[in-house]
Amino acid sequence: MAAVQETVDRVRAIDVDAYKYGFVTDIESEKAPKGLNEDTVRFISAKKGEPEWLLDWRLEALRRWRTMSEPTWARVEYPKIDFQDLYYYSAPKQGSGPKSLDEVDPELLKTYAKLGIPLVEQEILAGVERPRVAVDAVFDSVSVATTFKAELAKAGVIFCSFSEAVKNHPELVRKYLGSVVPPTDNFYATLNSAVFSDGSFVYVPPGVRCPMELSTYFRINEKNTGQFERTLIIADKGAYVSYLEGCTAPKRDENQLHAAVVELIALDDAEIKYSTVQNWYPGDAEGKGGVYNFVTKRGDCRGARSKISWTQVETGSAITWKYPSCILRGESSRGEFYSIAISNGYQQVDSGTKMIHLGRNTSSRIISKGIAAGRSQNTYRGQVSAHAKATGARNFTNCDSLLIGDKCGAHTVPYIEAKNAQTVFEHEATTSKISEDQLFYCQQRGLSDEEATALIVNGFVRDVLQQLPMEFAVEAQKLIAISLEGSVG
Amino acid sequence: MLEVKNLSVSINGQPILDRLNLTVKAGEVAAIMGPNGSGKSTLSYVIAGKPDYEVAGGEVLLDGENLLDLDPDVRAARGVFLAFQYPVEIPGVATMTFLKAALNAQRRARGEAELTTPDFMRAVRGAAASLKVDPDMLKRAVNVGFSGGEKKRVEILQMALLQPRLAVLDETDSGLDIDALRIVAEGVNALRDANRAFLVITHYQRLLDHIKPDVVHVMAKGRIVKTGGPELALELERNGYRDYSEAAA
Repeated sequence: MAAVQETVDRVRAIDVDAYKYGFVTDIESEKAPKGLNEDTVRFISAKKGEPEWLLDWRLEALRRWRTMSEPTWARVEYPKIDFQDLYYYSAPKQGSGPKSLDEVDPELLKTYAKLGIPLVEQEILAGVERPRVAVDAVFDSVSVATTFKAELAKAGVIFCSFSEAVKNHPELVRKYLGSVVPPTDNFYATLNSAVFSDGSFVYVPPGVRCPMELSTYFRINEKNTGQFERTLIIADKGAYVSYLEGCTAPKRDENQLHAAVVELIALDDAEIKYSTVQNWYPGDAEGKGGVYNFVTKRGDCRGARSKISWTQVETGSAITWKYPSCILRGESSRGEFYSIAISNGYQQVDSGTKMIHLGRNTSSRIISKGIAAGRSQNTYRGQVSAHAKATGARNFTNCDSLLIGDKCGAHTVPYIEAKNAQTVFEHEATTSKISEDQLFYCQQRGLSDEEATALIVNGFVRDVLQQLPMEFAVEAQKLIAISLEGSVG
Repeated sequence: MLEVKNLSVSINGQPILDRLNLTVKAGEVAAIMGPNGSGKSTLSYVIAGKPDYEVAGGEVLLDGENLLDLDPDVRAARGVFLAFQYPVEIPGVATMTFLKAALNAQRRARGEAELTTPDFMRAVRGAAASLKVDPDMLKRAVNVGFSGGEKKRVEILQMALLQPRLAVLDETDSGLDIDALRIVAEGVNALRDANRAFLVITHYQRLLDHIKPDVVHVMAKGRIVKTGGPELALELERNGYRDYSEAAA
């Protein structure tokens, strides 16, 4: 029980209401002027030295975005966002770019140390044997440290910041960018297309199994800076890649907008596993502050027998609007979605997935565990659909909700549609409360009510935790306990 | 060691225990027998600290300390153990995980060092073997899909691991076949010693053939109405509870 114990110890160590990762690093940054217009887009594009076609692509998105309005169908409420009152670009000042970790700004390294990010490279230098993880650290929009590049290059895997990919692999970026989430897709994705700052790019060539888990740590650090990451992952025929994304954010009063776009493309027989642990600042005890997370994540199983699997642990953000989805285009392709969404305090979560079955004999599986505590609202919204040609499509959905206390809400909103008769869709849903009997049983054995709650919740989400890579699972378990702090008693 | 003094308890406004008095000495096995609805289970829950019971008056002293002032987990760390009549399922939590969390929580509360994993494993394996609990079962979620007999054996296994000062067994014999009953009773007997007390709550004499009580208390309508030696249990087995129901009225 070491992990749970550790979580409990950590919960104890945290002051009520003092978000552990709430600190601001003082690094001089270079900002675009406030507000959004063509000049902002040109500024960003010029800063990054982008080719003409990409600038045009951004400007087209901006024109499109101006004709769109914010979606209102999600079960979330927030004050109106003034998009002209935000900064759209901010980069930590750097010289010509670091050649090694020694050259990285020590302030940044201190930040990572506070976050407990393992500097894998140091361990490698010390000759420590452990599962290797390559970290492409995103610090306020610009990648500052990339490790393991050489080894990945040997395997032919491209793993770099999005900006680098634009410079060094323009043909790949041009071919795949916007091919899953088109620049016209939705309000936030279109906004992202106009002003995206940076993100990660992965290309795994045919037949290659990526030799390590790929990992990115996101961190929002500049006051009033919208973050618009763009991630593009391509697994060519027969390739395999596992990608981990994890993040924490510093505390502050103003709301922070985050609108990322993630596109995954799996060609024939390829597999992409994408895991997220999200722990952005959820707001204070009154629900003030906190990150607005409006994310578009979509995977395209473009090739036959391809597979895309999303696993997410969502514990942070004031508002989460997020539906990692799979388009099952290739014959016999498979999509999976495993989710733990925890809300506490005044958090609002509207999250789920879409499984769009287009190809024959496609299959999908959805396991969603929502946990609502405090005064939070937690909605699962999921769409499963089968096109007329998607004969033999199969889906299994299971969404369970757990309520802690009597001031929170859990909602399940499934949309299921089959346009052919050879489709089998199964949907199971349950809502339960942690029972007094369970709590008493645990307490009678010596566990405090917080320890008991953490234990019961960890049991509730076990099916999903098992889908996470080992080191991520441990971190996720800690986050679960931390995010439920103060939800009982 | 345990002194219950003038304990009056109700639930949802309904009085259950009525100025109940009971003393259990260290090293003693005390049986509490009585008809359904006499308040036996309520007594066990109130000793362990289950919420929802309204204590109108009285004290429950363990070594002179009033348990009623303490949270259930603190009582557990002081050495109070309740073997549940209906052990509770905790889906997704491996029994082994649960046992280790419980044991170490109690040790921490008492300022003792936590057990290392190898020491813990040794302790569990030993206890499991003597109670004929298949080690594979400990990998399964707590009480989920366990048969009635398995649940009760795992309760006793927990007791063996936690080494309580005062063990309350609430109808541990219910739902057990004769073999399981014998295994459970042997588990209890193995833990009998001069510093530990047992409060064995049962409806039938059957369990007391295997766990020989030092004292038998008869409970009716929320009070202890008669106290005697082991022969009292046999008498109840012959004559039933009718006399006592009336006596308390």
